[in-house]
Amino acid sequence: MKYFLYKASTFFATIMFISIIIFFIFQVIPGNPAQIILGIDADEQQVIQLEEKLGLNNPPMERYIDWIKGIFQGDLGDSLKYQTPVIEILQDRIPVTLSLAILSILLTVIIGIPLGILIARTDGKWYSVILSTLTQLGIAIPSFWFGFILILLFAVLLKWFPTFGYVPWSEDFVGAFKSFFLPSLAIAVTNIAVVIRYLRNTILDQSKMDYVRTARVKGLSERSIVYGHVLRNALIPVLTIMGMIIADTIGGSIIIENVFALPGLGNLLIQSITSRDFPLIQSLVMYIAILVVVINFIVDLLYRVVDPRIRLKG
Amino acid sequence: MKATWAKGLSYLTLTSILLAGCASNSTKTESESIGTSSGSSIEQSAKSGGVVRFAMATEVDSLDPYQSAATDTSSMMDNVFDGLFDTNEKGELIPNLADSYEISEDGLTYMFQLKEGVKFHDGSDFSAEDVVYSYSKLAGLKTGEPMNSKFAGISSIEVVSDYEVVVSLKEIDSSFIARNIVAIVPSDYEQQSKQPIGAGPFKFKEYKAGQQLVLVKNADYYLEGKTPKVDEVQFKIMPDAQSSILAMQAGEIDVLPGITEQGLMQLGDSVEVVSGPQNMVQLMALNNSFGPLSDIRVRQAINYAIDKDSIIDTVAEGKATKLGSNFSPAMDFYFEEGLENFYETNIEKAKQLMAEAGFADGFDLQLTVPSDYQFHVDTAQMLASQLQQININVKIEPIEFSTWLERVYTNAEYESTVISFTGKLDPFEVVGRFVSDYPKNFVKFDNEKFDSVLDSAVKEKDEKEKANLYKEAQRILTEEAGSVFIMDPDRSIAMANGLTGFKMFPVQKYNLEDLEFTE
Amino acid sequence: MKKNRSIPLYIGITLVVILFIMMITSLFYTPYDPNVMDPQARLSPPSLEHTFGTDNFGRDILSRVMEGSKTAFLIGTLSVTIGLFFGFLIGALAGYFGGWIDEVFMRFIDAMMAFPGILLAIVLVTVFNTGMQNTIIALGIMSIPSFARIVRSGFIQVKEFDFVKASKAKGAGSTRIIFKHILPNIMSSIFVAMTLSFSGSVLAEAGLSYLGLGVQPPDPSWGRMLKEAQPFIASSPMYLLITGGVIMLMVLGFNLLSDGIRDVRDKKA
Repeated sequence: MKYFLYKASTFFATIMFISIIIFFIFQVIPGNPAQIILGIDADEQQVIQLEEKLGLNNPPMERYIDWIKGIFQGDLGDSLKYQTPVIEILQDRIPVTLSLAILSILLTVIIGIPLGILIARTDGKWYSVILSTLTQLGIAIPSFWFGFILILLFAVLLKWFPTFGYVPWSEDFVGAFKSFFLPSLAIAVTNIAVVIRYLRNTILDQSKMDYVRTARVKGLSERSIVYGHVLRNALIPVLTIMGMIIADTIGGSIIIENVFALPGLGNLLIQSITSRDFPLIQSLVMYIAILVVVINFIVDLLYRVVDPRIRLKG
Repeated sequence: MKATWAKGLSYLTLTSILLAGCASNSTKTESESIGTSSGSSIEQSAKSGGVVRFAMATEVDSLDPYQSAATDTSSMMDNVFDGLFDTNEKGELIPNLADSYEISEDGLTYMFQLKEGVKFHDGSDFSAEDVVYSYSKLAGLKTGEPMNSKFAGISSIEVVSDYEVVVSLKEIDSSFIARNIVAIVPSDYEQQSKQPIGAGPFKFKEYKAGQQLVLVKNADYYLEGKTPKVDEVQFKIMPDAQSSILAMQAGEIDVLPGITEQGLMQLGDSVEVVSGPQNMVQLMALNNSFGPLSDIRVRQAINYAIDKDSIIDTVAEGKATKLGSNFSPAMDFYFEEGLENFYETNIEKAKQLMAEAGFADGFDLQLTVPSDYQFHVDTAQMLASQLQQININVKIEPIEFSTWLERVYTNAEYESTVISFTGKLDPFEVVGRFVSDYPKNFVKFDNEKFDSVLDSAVKEKDEKEKANLYKEAQRILTEEAGSVFIMDPDRSIAMANGLTGFKMFPVQKYNLEDLEFTE
Repeated sequence: MKKNRSIPLYIGITLVVILFIMMITSLFYTPYDPNVMDPQARLSPPSLEHTFGTDNFGRDILSRVMEGSKTAFLIGTLSVTIGLFFGFLIGALAGYFGGWIDEVFMRFIDAMMAFPGILLAIVLVTVFNTGMQNTIIALGIMSIPSFARIVRSGFIQVKEFDFVKASKAKGAGSTRIIFKHILPNIMSSIFVAMTLSFSGSVLAEAGLSYLGLGVQPPDPSWGRMLKEAQPFIASSPMYLLITGGVIMLMVLGFNLLSDGIRDVRDKKA
């Protein structure tokens, strides 16, 4: 319980820091945001009105408090470009990015873990070295470039998947799966490589542990040692990098959504940056950051549930 | 790049011409030709119906025609809204909701004869009231603040009968008639930004931000022979150009407007291409008020040093029309010929002019380009390498388009830039940006003769004479080396095999009603 | 059998050294002027005159790749330096002093880590405008948290070691303890983080360039070249492959290097 309380308090402290960072980053924007937003043909009257609407005339502290209040009341303001409440726009876009993220993490787990085990078990053999070097290419490949290769190969040449677009899950389950598969894979490829590398290292570390030697001495088969003991102990630390993987997945979706024309948060972010839709960008960045923190928080708690040995560390 | 709803017309005179006479002729011939072509294609197993999928790079800025400013948006939504007039492929005005018009002797009042029996998409009847409502809104007659400055010249608008309406202007403006292609919206309907309703050949079905805009056929369209042949048009929002090419290759897109030569090469025979000049002017704008550039000899030297042909070959893959002034031959009626070779590339002469101006050793020149446009960035790189030959040390400074608008276009805080202006049908809108007191004269061109020529052009009633004045203005701009006018890049539209009917207009316009599948 | 485990390290070192030599060479020599255009020789395939072919302006791709390696090393080195400097400062203060200082600094670092790397870079570039300098700053800030965490945990661990406790008891000053005892012990972790952050910056620059927010012309950059090569996938696939290839090789090189260092360290431990 004490642990939970501590974690919860750090959770809120982190979110507070995030909100301060975001708020002040957007204060430094050079020039008059109202002028930038309205563009070339803006008349003085319009600029003044927008300044008021954006609350640019209030002192920063007051604006910050207003913004935070709004967040708690579920009022993120109105998008300047779409002229609708930011919250409505987010509700439209979140399912897309979330589907992309979930599928991508599933792919990471399904491909990364078995491959990591394989590479660790065959450690030292030449094909293991080649395989592990190859998987490292996954980290090295620019994701948008990989996205194009996937489209070219699987959508244009083989026609297994659509090249772009989004089908809601409620409309057509298979269609939705197909439309998310390639972009999810493009994002997952980096994380797969990360998981493999990490898993390989932890498995190798575990194999050197005393209990493994004891088990060998007891005459247990290599197979049952690996799957019965080593793996269980090696997988728990993998959980700790899940938080990082999730953050990367969401970051990756910013670029990949543009490649695959998926109407998610990342696509929205780029659009709102080009149109200088500051209320939208601000809320969007805040939303993504909070999402990452929440997921990390959950991972943390899960970690504790899975491995009760973890004690509160400073 | 900058879009407006006001497009224009060309061949009309200010004296009371009954448009019905000449224009309905032209529509007749047009509908005849459409009739025959569609007739024969029916025999060749044309299939009516079907869904056409467009790839669009940008999002809709507003569904409300009066609030939208983006060219792409207006090209799409133009099919939902009809104006009093429309434009044909030559840039001539053709009747839409109006049959004809008359202009008073003093040139200040316009009487429009409207079509009868037209219905808006919501089923309501179109009448003079709707025109009054629409124009009052644009001109801000009730609020005192015009929604669109192009209509600020309207002093009053009155209903004469159900199908006659009179518009009065504050002063003579030969450009006004061309603006009557603006959308007419049903009176007292305020939901245009959510559920747009017009009288056009297509009805608005749905818009999902970031995904698609869907229009469906208006089976009760009032213009004969113009009822759409396809059932539905979907505009898919695809921000990445390369992805849309791949999508077209995979057969998931039927029309790809604005495709590059490289894209066409990639698609090969799998598509049909419609292409032609787009009435655009790409220029290297020189800030005439900036130090060395205020000397005409330096500006001329720059013009002599630049090899436009090589830029066209490289940046536009040869698919562009070389220009000499701020005007494209796409509007040949007003186009002054022969200016494109006024400054034949000649490095020696350029160096000599630089020396005369006291810049034999050259100078540093900052070239600000909007980084969002690869085409301009590429052009800038070529300009920099060509100007090096006359010792002008060009520093390219790429900035985001939104910053460009503020710094370069609005405040003219720059030395030189590369930009293009999209086609307008009204010649004044094309060359008028160089008038010395025009608020967005960011080139800071200041020439008395030019100003007075354009002033008389606006007031000129005779069409031929008006054209001559605009031609003279173009020549002055070239002789004074106002800037470097580079090219009008061709616009290419790729269409899936079997889809026909797309035409090129001097403005970016999608004539969806003519599209049909033939196989 | 164990020998094979160091093969990735050798590959990594080889790649990094080759690229480094290429960068140094480009300071004195490139086959062609990387900015000279030859409209007659546009998009030519690899040949004897142009080893890697030419781009859409007829510029020699090999020369541009070499020129771009300067940018890649510059971005990598400077952003790692920025990240290391601030990360070290934050991590060291937090780890050394502990208590509420640690608590505040770590929450701040947590908050920074909540921004997926590229997001933070995009936001910073939006605010400070695009260009080489701002890209470097953005990528540098992006890499602060990972350094801070490593340095902090290093400090906490080493602080508990008996020999450190002993010197503290002997009355050695903080600075002395840090440089004499703590630094040597976390050096290899920092080195691993540096190589990873270096390759991360190179990759992030490519992503920013794809979105049009990275290094701007005329500064050459691999990310930008890759974006510019994309439209020519049909007519000049080599252009796309080579630019994508060098980015991959550099990132791979540094990643393998960091793996190798870790393996060597583990063996020692």
